[in-house]
Amino acid sequence: MPAFGLRAMSLLELRRVSKHFGAIEALSGIDLDIAAGEIVGLMGDNGAGKSTLVKIMAGNFPPSDGEIRLEGEKAHFHGPADARAAGIEVVYQDLALCDNLTASANIFLAREARRPFAGVLRLLDNLRMHQRARELFTELKSETRPGDLVRRMSGGQRQAVAIARTRLAKARIILMDEPTAAISVRQVAEVLDLLRRLRDQGIALLLISHRMPDVFAVADRVIVLRRGRKVADKPIGGSSPEEVTGLITGAIEAA
Amino acid sequence: MAERALAALPEERRGSRLVARLLASQAFWVTLATLIIVVVMMAISDAFASYKNVFNTTRNFAFIGIMALGQVVVIITGGIDLAVGSVMGLSGIVFGMLMAAGHSLWLSAALGLLVALAAGAANGYLIAYLGLSPFVVTLGMLSVARSLALVVSNNQMVYQFGPDETLLFALGGGETFGISNPVWILVVLTLLFGFLLNFTVWGRHIYAVGGNPQAARLTGLAVERIKLSAYLLSALTAGIAAILTIGWLGSVTNALGLTYELRVIAASVIGGANLLGGEGTAYGALIGSALLEIIRNSLLLAGVDPYWQGTFIGLFIVLAVLLERIRGRRSA
Repeated sequence: MPAFGLRAMSLLELRRVSKHFGAIEALSGIDLDIAAGEIVGLMGDNGAGKSTLVKIMAGNFPPSDGEIRLEGEKAHFHGPADARAAGIEVVYQDLALCDNLTASANIFLAREARRPFAGVLRLLDNLRMHQRARELFTELKSETRPGDLVRRMSGGQRQAVAIARTRLAKARIILMDEPTAAISVRQVAEVLDLLRRLRDQGIALLLISHRMPDVFAVADRVIVLRRGRKVADKPIGGSSPEEVTGLITGAIEAA
Repeated sequence: MAERALAALPEERRGSRLVARLLASQAFWVTLATLIIVVVMMAISDAFASYKNVFNTTRNFAFIGIMALGQVVVIITGGIDLAVGSVMGLSGIVFGMLMAAGHSLWLSAALGLLVALAAGAANGYLIAYLGLSPFVVTLGMLSVARSLALVVSNNQMVYQFGPDETLLFALGGGETFGISNPVWILVVLTLLFGFLLNFTVWGRHIYAVGGNPQAARLTGLAVERIKLSAYLLSALTAGIAAILTIGWLGSVTNALGLTYELRVIAASVIGGANLLGGEGTAYGALIGSALLEIIRNSLLLAGVDPYWQGTFIGLFIVLAVLLERIRGRRSA
């Protein structure tokens, strides 16, 4: 069990969150806390409810029951825009990047910087966007260049672009869906470094991953879902890959 | 290894990156091909570089070029507009009949363009909001608009255009500073489209929607509205081309624009528009339509049997796509 009183105040709390789709119970009675500067690994088999949980936190749909709290205040998300406005950003597994655009264009997509032109027009301010993108990449210690097309980038650089986008939005909580799934082993280390850097800057991170080594490498805490229920929520030091595997498959009932 | 070496390149080597970007652009190669043909033809034929031939050739591709501008925008969003030829016909018939009925050029043009926009709106709505395939929807509109042109005109030709007739003929058939008016309009529209695509938020979003529609939606872009705007623009360029063509021909039948969609799409693709979406430029539309017309003109002047024209044009289309594939492989 988590050590009550020792943990920093939670940024995001889920209380008894359930989600039904007709007769199907996708999630039942989930309690979850994430504090600033904490990486929480969320694990579970396919169909365990991970993506449903993420979608609830991202405002894609409301919970059937239970509540979401942000810094102790009850939050109501009527759509992804509400969650984003509250500082929750999702980095999707497929990264949701446009291959044909530059890194900086992707980072600023749908929130382009503009400058006045000829009195009435407002044009793209590419210079300002490039500068800001460069700052973000420097912050993330990534070698990605703002003017490069995403098409020509490595998996690690793409992750950096997707993460830089959440930084631009000043996200406080980042939900990462399988950030290390689609990239080469060498680049995994690069991405894990990125996650650590975000944590050091006080971001709360929820890392959804199938890759046990990655979760154990960066997470402070691990949460395991099985068939819509939370079966474990403990500091990473107090668990082991073997135990988590057992929890995921059901060989171990709960921990 | 490769990407690490690339990332290690100093920022100062911008110049070489600019050259690399130029070499990777389809429009650059098509411009080069066009120039080579022009040089060769100037050596072979005295008539080619004559004022009269240059005047006619540039005017001939202006109409296709104007429509290719709209088509390129649609293709960038990942769609296709097969209806442009028919929309040109319908819009032209409505415009011509209004002029013939004694209305002013401006009123007739406004209403003619409005008809084109209505067809574009129907295409855009069905494609963007109902999620139907662009190919099928615009194929349907190709048939509907052509049929409506027949219905409206009752298969009659219009060759008298009322009080503003001279103005109309001057607009489409006349010249300014020695260059045909439709060419001026093509140049102005190319600059306008290039400006919109490169420097406005709308343009950025057009490319984003074509590059990855899901990503565009996830980031909160109004994907439907952006797609709709593309089909409206394509229809609008068809309407503009209709008015200019009628001014040049001095008459309009319901066959106006028949099979133009093929030439328009060919010009767009040769100019570097990628049918998979996400790529294309306004300049590409201009140079693509120019190359097509110059090939046609060159074959004619070189005394090649006109029956061979289609073969050469077809080969160039395939060659252009092949070139794109080779470039794609190199840059991947």
